[in-house]
Amino acid sequence: MLNYIKLIVLGLITLFALIAANYARDLAFLVNAVIVAAAAGGVFLWTLRHTDEPLVKRDLSGEYMDGVVRAGVIATAGWGVVGFLVGVVIAFQLAFPALNFEWAQGYLNFGRLRPLHTSAVIFAFGGNALIATSFYVVQRTSAARLWGGNLAWFVFWGYQLMIVLAATGYLLGATQSKEYAEPEWYVDWWLTIVWLAYLAVFMGTLVKRKEPHIYVANWFYLSFIITVAMLHVVNNLSIPVSFLGSKSVQVFSGVQDAMVQWWYGHNAVGFFLTAGFLGMMYYFVPKQAERPVFSYKLSIIHFWALIFLYIWAGPHHLHYTALPDWASTLGMVFSIVLWMPSWGGMINGLMTLSGAWDKLRTDPIIRMMVISIGFYGMSTFEGPMMSIRAVNSLSHYTDWTIGHVHSGALGWNGMITFGALYFLVPKLWNRERLYSLSLVSWHFWLATIGIILYAASMWVTGIMEGLMWREVDANGFLVNSFADTVAAKLPMYVVRGLGGVMFLSGAIIMCYNLWMTVKSSPAVKATNSAVPAE
Amino acid sequence: MAKKPLNTPKKEDVDTTGHSWDGIEEYNNPLPRWWLWTFYATIVWAILYTVAYPAWPGIKAATPGLLGWSTRANVQADIESAEAANAAINTQLASVELTAIADDAELRTYATSAGAAVFRTWCAQCHGSGAAGVAASGYPNLLDDDWLWGGDIEAIHTTINHGIRNEEDPDARWSQMPAFGDILAGDEIDQVVNYVMSLSGTPQDASLVEAGSVIYQDNCAACHMEDGTGDRNQGAPNLTDAIWLYGGSHDTLTQTVAYSRFGVMPSWSSRLSEAEIRAVATYVHQLGGGE
Repeated sequence: MLNYIKLIVLGLITLFALIAANYARDLAFLVNAVIVAAAAGGVFLWTLRHTDEPLVKRDLSGEYMDGVVRAGVIATAGWGVVGFLVGVVIAFQLAFPALNFEWAQGYLNFGRLRPLHTSAVIFAFGGNALIATSFYVVQRTSAARLWGGNLAWFVFWGYQLMIVLAATGYLLGATQSKEYAEPEWYVDWWLTIVWLAYLAVFMGTLVKRKEPHIYVANWFYLSFIITVAMLHVVNNLSIPVSFLGSKSVQVFSGVQDAMVQWWYGHNAVGFFLTAGFLGMMYYFVPKQAERPVFSYKLSIIHFWALIFLYIWAGPHHLHYTALPDWASTLGMVFSIVLWMPSWGGMINGLMTLSGAWDKLRTDPIIRMMVISIGFYGMSTFEGPMMSIRAVNSLSHYTDWTIGHVHSGALGWNGMITFGALYFLVPKLWNRERLYSLSLVSWHFWLATIGIILYAASMWVTGIMEGLMWREVDANGFLVNSFADTVAAKLPMYVVRGLGGVMFLSGAIIMCYNLWMTVKSSPAVKATNSAVPAE
Repeated sequence: MAKKPLNTPKKEDVDTTGHSWDGIEEYNNPLPRWWLWTFYATIVWAILYTVAYPAWPGIKAATPGLLGWSTRANVQADIESAEAANAAINTQLASVELTAIADDAELRTYATSAGAAVFRTWCAQCHGSGAAGVAASGYPNLLDDDWLWGGDIEAIHTTINHGIRNEEDPDARWSQMPAFGDILAGDEIDQVVNYVMSLSGTPQDASLVEAGSVIYQDNCAACHMEDGTGDRNQGAPNLTDAIWLYGGSHDTLTQTVAYSRFGVMPSWSSRLSEAEIRAVATYVHQLGGGE
């Protein structure tokens, strides 16, 4: 019976999507409608073929649901390579503008590819990593199977659909022009549905946990899921110009819109890229190190301090703008106070290794996790420093910001995710060990040197840019034109591109290593049963 | 307990919380002192800072802070002090004879550096930050001695002041080449293009040059002069010097003759002060081609 309802709903979605495609007012909407029709039609056919199959009733409640985590691991690695590749392309487009090919104008020029890169790495790579690891971690630390049956699969596939709609939309020019919130209204609506399903699966699993307490990693994951839902909805409040077109108009305007955007943007960093990934860190670091977490007390204090303070820090993105001075001051002081709560996570991660530091010599996965925590500590110091108005007057709008973001994104988010993937793949595919630890070492060094080239070149070029912009002669007249600073940055842009190539090569090596692990590493007997740890 | 940690801690006096999740335990270590005190210090600093600077919003206004600090007031004060510092020399610059600027070393130095800043802000978008223009795009090179409307300081000043072919300034320099596609036949355009090419070099087809010469004298010589050296009074370019505003290939010239061109430069009198206009005129004049 349920299948018939599903078939009716899917059929209607397919039909309406095709009608929408027929009457579409712009190319992006047309292509997105066709994608939705193809996705819904595909699921319709799949459901139809499985309708009236005899149901094999088996009690799954004693087993972890790992299929969706496996899919998430594959998606993370795949989208990661795509996102890094687009990043390398646009890095070289900045260094050599001729790479904005005439034949690809309007599709593959820098302006179209840039949001594709940021969304691919943050939401496709980072988002899939967060969803997959949270599903894995919440089951293990709750000793319970994911709540909601196939709802977890809906979350996975719904999220992939969101990514494809957003990415094709960018290339065809559908954008709200809000950084990290570029997808247009219908993609936002869809993501809201998927995200609420994600919240339901996660909360449901926590509610039916067999452990008496909720593990710290799950606090972080839960705060990330709830806050991102709130941020996403508020920042994307918009009115579609037409229900058959991609364009929409924001409900906020002017400086209010800017403030909402950076309240969202900063907390996308704070909750998506910090809180969520701290959840990852709190599970995988103690597991890989086989050591207890350093301090329970520290984890409580820094968790509450972090989530209370982060939400106020957004105005530091708008120093010296139309934003009132009082809001700018508050954004700055909350950012400074945020320094220690951020470092609480670093201390807890690094000190967990005390008594196990010798593993750095033998275990490249631990090495990866340690350097990611190191980059986390560095970025969360650099961030508050850059939020100081006097520093910001030099750093803002320069490449220093780009360097800061990437030392956090490549160093912290990238490396901790790689560590988690290396940990997960042998477990999820029941392999004794990884295919090659020496390839992990190669990945580690390529990625680390790549990040250092990236960050160092952006620091140099950012500070140079800031100094050139403010350079005045004896009479108080500006010395450099904007184009002069662009010309001066070329060598640094090439170095940055090379850093990106190294980081990308490391990720490709990782994909090969993980693939060979699944394919050729010796198998172990499955231990998939959900039993409480004690 | 599913799994015991492999290494037992060295400091046995610290206990765990007594619980284990999937084999993970937590020590009951106290907060690191340095961490806690730094945290407190940032909070104290934050409170003091928000007392000193505008910070806490109320119903109608925010607290202004004890220091009376304001970004708007600061930038206003900066602008005023810069203007005050240069007020005397700006007045002098705006009032002397244009031709006298170059003879006064102090005035010339000031005008050149001020003009360079104006140029980088307002002019570089079209003429390039080095003033070399953009080849074959209609944005003239200002470094050479080829001038469309004149290259002495007064002519340059007039061009900047009023602009070229804009609607906003009734005194803008104005002229318009007809679109000869409506006047001449296709083969006639081909002939005249070959003639124009022959003035500065090699025509594409030498056999057409003679016929083109006749068409040129009938249709083009009124503005571009019989010898092709152009007329600055109407901004008609010199066709003999192998310097091309839109390009000198056969195809480009055919397009220019058939459809004409209509390069526009804005009027700057409403955007810049007289001193700024004179400064940037001085800057352009001393770039190399000034007459």
